[in-house]
Amino acid sequence: MNYLYCAFIELLAKYNFPEGLALIIFPLLPFCIIAAGLLIMVLFLVLAERKILGFVTQRKGPNRVGYWGLMQTVADAFKLLCKENITPAGADKFLFTLAPLIAFIPVMLVWGILPYNAEFDLMSTPANLIFYLFLAFMPVLGIFLGGWASNSKYSIIGSVRAIAQAISYELPIAFSVLGIVVLASSLNLSQITLAQSSVFGPAKWFVIPAFIGFIVVFVSVIAELNRCPFDLPEAESELVAGYNTEYSGMRFALFYITEYSMMFANAAFIVVLFLGGYLSPFGGYLSNIIFGDSIAANILVYFEQTFWFLLKTFVILFLFILVRATYPRLQSDKLLKFSWTILLPLSIVNLFICMLIKTIGGAM
Amino acid sequence: MSRMKLNLGPQHPSTHGVLRLILDVDGEKISGCEPVIGYLHRGMEKMAEGMTYLQYLPTVDRIDYLSGFFNSFAYVSAVEKLLKLEIPERASIIRVLLMELNRIASHLLWLGTYLLDLGAVSPFFYTFRERELILNYFEKISGQRMMYNYFVFGGVRHDIEFLNEIAPMVKTIVEKLGDYEKLLTDNPIFISRTKNTGILSREEALAYSITGPNLRASNSHLDFRSQSDLYKNFEFKIAKADEGDCFARYKVRLDEIRESSKIIYQAVDFLAATTGDVNTGLKPLNLKIDHGEAFADVETPRGLTTCCIKSDGTDKPYRVKWRTGSFYAVQILPKLLIGNMISDVMAIYGSLDVMLPEVDR
Repeated sequence: MNYLYCAFIELLAKYNFPEGLALIIFPLLPFCIIAAGLLIMVLFLVLAERKILGFVTQRKGPNRVGYWGLMQTVADAFKLLCKENITPAGADKFLFTLAPLIAFIPVMLVWGILPYNAEFDLMSTPANLIFYLFLAFMPVLGIFLGGWASNSKYSIIGSVRAIAQAISYELPIAFSVLGIVVLASSLNLSQITLAQSSVFGPAKWFVIPAFIGFIVVFVSVIAELNRCPFDLPEAESELVAGYNTEYSGMRFALFYITEYSMMFANAAFIVVLFLGGYLSPFGGYLSNIIFGDSIAANILVYFEQTFWFLLKTFVILFLFILVRATYPRLQSDKLLKFSWTILLPLSIVNLFICMLIKTIGGAM
Repeated sequence: MSRMKLNLGPQHPSTHGVLRLILDVDGEKISGCEPVIGYLHRGMEKMAEGMTYLQYLPTVDRIDYLSGFFNSFAYVSAVEKLLKLEIPERASIIRVLLMELNRIASHLLWLGTYLLDLGAVSPFFYTFRERELILNYFEKISGQRMMYNYFVFGGVRHDIEFLNEIAPMVKTIVEKLGDYEKLLTDNPIFISRTKNTGILSREEALAYSITGPNLRASNSHLDFRSQSDLYKNFEFKIAKADEGDCFARYKVRLDEIRESSKIIYQAVDFLAATTGDVNTGLKPLNLKIDHGEAFADVETPRGLTTCCIKSDGTDKPYRVKWRTGSFYAVQILPKLLIGNMISDVMAIYGSLDVMLPEVDR
């Protein structure tokens, strides 16, 4: 089958496990890895954001819990677990409890769709790009329900803003993604990644032909994540905390995890579409260059691919955090105007450019 | 959520204190606004009637805790007018120097918190970094960072120290001001939030007796400093803008920091070159003031502050009345807010630089 599977069976055989066990465990492993990876990533990302914001504003950031503040988010998570789950009087109890779950569950699925390397690609259906776009929209539904169910005026304004914002920013994303689909002739994220491979490294990355699309998606994704400067649904200086004003304890923590894991997923999505996904920026893989074409080298390639994938994602995440550190918040009406009058036309222009490039490239 | 009443405050992240706004909102549009004040009322005026003149002196710093020197100055000079005291020139120059430093500190804090209201996190820390320099200096000379109690009847408590530290400090602040401008003045989001929002015309501003930077942003030259004897030896321009919107108020405050720095340089040069008494040596412990009434004005960072004292021959004032700039700025809020969006509330309210302790006193 593949190198990783063979290596796994060999490992089990070494300790005298039956081969049937490997058949059961092997497909389950990736899901465990994703569930663990998601939580670790969120813990890391929250800390990284606070640290980077701290450095930008000439502070130290969290530095009390653990070495260099590394355990700060763990402590925060523990605190949230210990807190009481308060349901406000007059709130719709069922929806109020359901909303964080509606926001959180799609995120796990989104993480499963992303191709982390050539083998670790769990839901490689022919059109999983569409599935991704669908799932990436789902957390907004949870936000809306949560705000609506809390029976608070600030929450409802926040949730109405969230839904208006999501609708306006879905379209530019969809149109820009369409340009990529035209370029790659595929709706599968792995195929899109592979379509960007070349011996010259970044030469065929889609960020070059679809640069406008890259900018549009970058901006729209920030808006869809409700991050600064588009953090209107939870604008703390206007709406106290927006849609999650009434949330506390674990329910709040679920919204929080959703926010940050979606941030990672969307950054990874940008990497897959525009920056060559898990492909090496040098053309060939370093492990092949160093160790030749041995089996060990070929297994190492998977880890190297994941390394490149994560590295590129972290660069995008770093940009997200820098944007947050720099800009003030937009006004709600100007935010929608910005999407419909600037981003949407730009994304359509980008689609035409992509089509033109594809036609000329096909003719040559 | 077509039409509803939204109760903004008194506990709200960006009312900077305890202002309560009862907003009628139609969707996100504001159709009515009623400011409710009084949540920070400490009875500053009534309190004076039970205290001697000297006992009241430390409390006036608390009227507006971001510009303590100005409040001290208004009270102290009103008392001096009642006593018909001539204060030494060196003392009045020291007062000007400290007040202008205080003005810079106050405007820097405004800039940081205003950007925080607009949703930008980092400028807050940058402006606080520079404000810290000034507060550290104030701590060195008066022992306090915000409640100075440094001005006394007839001058200042003692001669100014660490004079050579002021010029480099102000120079750094003015340099950093250029950095803020790079970050903000050309920032498209900042411009779109502040330009053409909350336009206050000159006539309206005068009719509502708005003073200070809010008025000067609406095409007016009115600055009490230009008429005051205190500033007659200093060369400086009155910072002013024509548009009357939030951006103009931002520009005026930034320009005022630059103009204040010019005054500070001149004052430092004068103080370094001369020596002399810094107070009249008045012993204020059992101070009794004859029947009389006097008032003193001062141009604070938030407008014209007036302290009016009526004395009745005892050691306690018969009545003290304060007029502060922020009180009038709150009055104009309904006029400016109606027709705007909820997200403009903070942009407009923040740009007026309302200080709640000053409103309620």
